Amino acid sequence: MSERSSEHTRALVAEHAFLAGLPPQAIELVAEVGEPVSFGAGSLLFREGSPADVAYLVTKGRVALEVHAPNRGPVVVDTIGAGQVAGLSWAAVPFRYQFDARALDDVEAVAVDAARLRVALAEDPVLGFLFLDRLAAVMLRRLQATRIRLLDLYGPGGG
Amino acid sequence: MGEAGALVPEPYVVVGRRQEAEDVVTLRLEPVDGVRPAFRPGQFNMVTSFGQGEIAVSMSGAARAVEPLEHSIRRVGAVSAALCAAPIGAVVGIRGPYGTSWAVEEVEDGADVVVMAGGIGLAPLRGAVMELVARLEAGRGRVFVLAGARSPDQILFPEDLRSWERAGAHVAISVDVGAPGWTGAVGVVTDLLATAPFDAEGARALLCGPEIMMRFGGRALVDRGVDPARVLVSLERNMQCGVGLCGHCQLGPVLVCRDGPVVRYGGLADELFMERNR
Repeated sequence: MSERSSEHTRALVAEHAFLAGLPPQAIELVAEVGEPVSFGAGSLLFREGSPADVAYLVTKGRVALEVHAPNRGPVVVDTIGAGQVAGLSWAAVPFRYQFDARALDDVEAVAVDAARLRVALAEDPVLGFLFLDRLAAVMLRRLQATRIRLLDLYGPGGG
Repeated sequence: MGEAGALVPEPYVVVGRRQEAEDVVTLRLEPVDGVRPAFRPGQFNMVTSFGQGEIAVSMSGAARAVEPLEHSIRRVGAVSAALCAAPIGAVVGIRGPYGTSWAVEEVEDGADVVVMAGGIGLAPLRGAVMELVARLEAGRGRVFVLAGARSPDQILFPEDLRSWERAGAHVAISVDVGAPGWTGAVGVVTDLLATAPFDAEGARALLCGPEIMMRFGGRALVDRGVDPARVLVSLERNMQCGVGLCGHCQLGPVLVCRDGPVVRYGGLADELFMERNR
């Protein structure tokens, strides 16, 4: 990667909401194992069942997490926008994506090499904790949102 | 309207009806005699289907006196089903207006206003948003409309949402369950706050929808920095008399029909929401 593109990656990473407030070495680490990528509307970022070797820090556009259901085709279970992370499965075994991720419009992101990130975080437990703390907050928010949606609040008697 | 008159329904004729969703109908109503009373967005009427009963329904249309009265009604029981089925020319009973409003006229110039609606909750906010969009067009402050629905076909007032966006309002919609062809957001409506670029300093927020949504929405707004006293929510309880006499709608210290339905979140609704068995 050229010096110029490294600086560009570092700037994207430093401005990303997911990493806001983390120490400079965390930004450096992610910038080192990340690179800017773009996807046209409708293209796949990753597919269900494939190895979760990349985490995408979305910087522009929206990504739909889809699951295929018999006789229904792709069902969108969540959407992810700028400042959020697409692909959390890299953080826990079996390191396999659980959904398809499809660009809803033109998407720009930083693709983070998850294997290298895992190794680096294992070697630096303090940084590892900070990352997992951040990931846990995202996972908790998504879990809570999913539970709220299960209540079917807008359905009959849902309120 | 005097106290006695407040309990007597006036006959209104259905002059128009729109099917907003599979189970939601908007009735446009004009008084059989005279002129309809003025109201403010957020207030409600007691609406009678003669022979069936009476329910509380917020006004969903413009407050301007020249417009017919509009009530958007979701079919959930016998009375609402009868009202939803009322054809043009049918006569229904109306008494009101009752309760408190969104007090849009009190919003300071320059302040951002966040409107968060879930499901049928967009109906009581619609008249307020119309006024806020007019305020926006007059250069007096921005408005952010965040609407949640069960599924794309359940999104209410899509034409209004588009026209508000064209007028410069920030409009974001989220559905619980997507559908083929839906390219918008899927998730809870409170998630839309993250991408709404409003200035929390001095902002006001108006929330209407399922109580759980308002609870989470109120907290998320406060976490974002909005003054809890500047967050308003619309409560829903079993309103019967409409004038604070019968007590059916009592919620803690509040008679919702008289002191609500629109009440402040901070220091009141936030605590009431946490009371159990109410």
